[in-house]
Amino acid sequence: MGYPHPSHPKETVLLSKYFGDPGARTYAGWIERGGYEGLRKALAMPRAEVIEMVKQSGLRGRGGAGFPTGLKWSFMPKDEGKPHYLVCNADESEPGTFKDRELLRWTPHAVIEGCAIAAYSIQAQTIYIYIRGEFTEPWRIMTKAVEEAYAHGALGADAFGSGTRIDVVLHRGAGAYICGEETAMMNSIEGKRGNPRIKPPFPAQAGVFGMPTTINNVETLSAVPHILTRGAEWYKGLSLSSPKSTGTKLFSVCGHVQRPGNYEVTMGTPMRDLIFDMAGGMRPGRTLKALIPGGSSVPIMTAAEVEGCALDYEGIVAKGSMLGSGGVIVMDDSTDMVRTIWRYTRFYAHESCAQCTQCREGTAWTTKVLERILSGRGKQEDLQLLLDLADNMTGKTICVLSDSCAAPVVSGIQKFREEFDAYIAGARRPVLAAV
Amino acid sequence: MSHAAAQGDGTVTSHEKIFTGERRAQLEALFAKYPTRQACLLPALWMVQEARGWISEPAMAEVGEVLGVTPAFVRGVVTFYTMYHTHPVGRHFIQVCTTSPCGLCGAEETMQAILRESGCGELGATSPDGRFTAIEVECLGACGFATPILVDDDFIEGVTPERVPGILAAYK
Ligand SMILES: Cc1cc2nc3c(=O)[nH]c(=O)nc-3n(C[C@H](O)[C@H](O)[C@H](O)COP(=O)(O)O)c2cc1C
Ligand code: FES
Repeated sequence: MGYPHPSHPKETVLLSKYFGDPGARTYAGWIERGGYEGLRKALAMPRAEVIEMVKQSGLRGRGGAGFPTGLKWSFMPKDEGKPHYLVCNADESEPGTFKDRELLRWTPHAVIEGCAIAAYSIQAQTIYIYIRGEFTEPWRIMTKAVEEAYAHGALGADAFGSGTRIDVVLHRGAGAYICGEETAMMNSIEGKRGNPRIKPPFPAQAGVFGMPTTINNVETLSAVPHILTRGAEWYKGLSLSSPKSTGTKLFSVCGHVQRPGNYEVTMGTPMRDLIFDMAGGMRPGRTLKALIPGGSSVPIMTAAEVEGCALDYEGIVAKGSMLGSGGVIVMDDSTDMVRTIWRYTRFYAHESCAQCTQCREGTAWTTKVLERILSGRGKQEDLQLLLDLADNMTGKTICVLSDSCAAPVVSGIQKFREEFDAYIAGARRPVLAAV
Repeated sequence: MSHAAAQGDGTVTSHEKIFTGERRAQLEALFAKYPTRQACLLPALWMVQEARGWISEPAMAEVGEVLGVTPAFVRGVVTFYTMYHTHPVGRHFIQVCTTSPCGLCGAEETMQAILRESGCGELGATSPDGRFTAIEVECLGACGFATPILVDDDFIEGVTPERVPGILAAYK
């Protein structure tokens, strides 16, 4: 539901049904609401069948890349020679995204149940749930829920009497956006700096502690119990559009809307409905200028591109951006696009792990050139310089953090060039002091 | 618990061991949850910061000794993560999100109000009475509740300049 607002009729509430309902946080409360049925069912099925079911459901990763979840699980080796691990990515730090926090706070047992089903399927005995350090309240709630799940036998040496061992360890991050990247997260769990690793080897071959590992996002895993209890066909049938985008998706809407919050819709819902109906549209007297549909790492869309855009993986790509994490950042006609874009590049410059030259230098240099423009000292060549830098930052590094920094710059210059020109021509008052 | 005497530049004149007694037992209980001792580094650093308020060089050396890694390695990890303090900070530590989504909704003004009302004056500084240190941080994962701040472990949503004095008054 549109937490913190009441549910909107255009939503389909599945994962967000109990947002705002503290009763759902306890083990007993979760059982009353039909919880842990999915896990019981999975534990009674052959592992391969659970994986097949998730494949059939069409569920794709909600962490940003949209990789098919069942397929990812099927990459895990089938032998029992080495320990296997599941990592649940609860690092949520992509600007504009705040859905996993609500899942952790309100439905901790859904997260644990989804994790346990995944762990069973891929023969992982240990699950690391990596929670960003700033999520102090979700940490407390998850700690309590894990204790309760152990006490009731959902976790432990013999989960629900199935003979399967499933352990959950909560691991606290300490402030680093990059640790949301899957291989950086593995290093962080191992007690190292959060530097991403070169792939291959892929996590399914050599992940955390060098062992076969699957990593999934909180929202992805929270959807899994529903697929188990209600079936793959049912989940698939929820989509309004493409067979490649199934089920429901939580969209976090923030910025210049009247009702910022999390809205859960079936894939294929018109983007317009999300912005103008569910999130209440712009403030009085304001019009939509632009939005970023999938967290700050994806290209900016103009108001015109929002028209006719379907909220699913393919629909947003067709409009030149990406669904990403589902963090929708809305900007009205009062927004200074150059300043906003600069603040994003400063974010990436701050968060670069500094391993790759293109990223370390590129994010910092891009930020400095934008600062020059914003302080009224920009030159006409600066726009080409920014585009050249962006080109050098795309597809050339170990992870895609530097690509993410380039995305708002390139799309911003393409779509809002006149605002850059105005600063350079001195037609706009500088907003930053000269350095 | 008596704190190690810290000088303004962060050097320490004495170091009272941290991982003794109950805290040592707590750390050892963690060893069972990971296949390596090194993996307990982040949790161990959290324990140090909880006990002492910040992580000094001798504390890093102690952690390294307990976990079997070099002090230099520990230092490399400590400095990678922004939430670990390598210098003493005020009694209450304030983190304010100013990333773009919150910036669109007035985070700058909230931050200025916090710097003013807390007495910190500037980012990263500690107020003269030692009560607060305030810093600006990147996206706190609560962008729909602009502006979110963290005061110590308290996550507070929807902070506006008007609310700042009332919020800070609760921290002595
Ligand atoms: C720089 C960077 C940051 C990321 N941050 C997150 C994050 O905070 N949460 C998340 O779930 N995935 C994040 N990802 C994506 C993960 O690497 C990974 O694809 C995802 O957790 C896989 O889960 P899924 O298949 O269920 O989506 C990030 C990726 C990159 C490159
Ligand atoms: S931008 Fe401030 S919480 Fe996300």
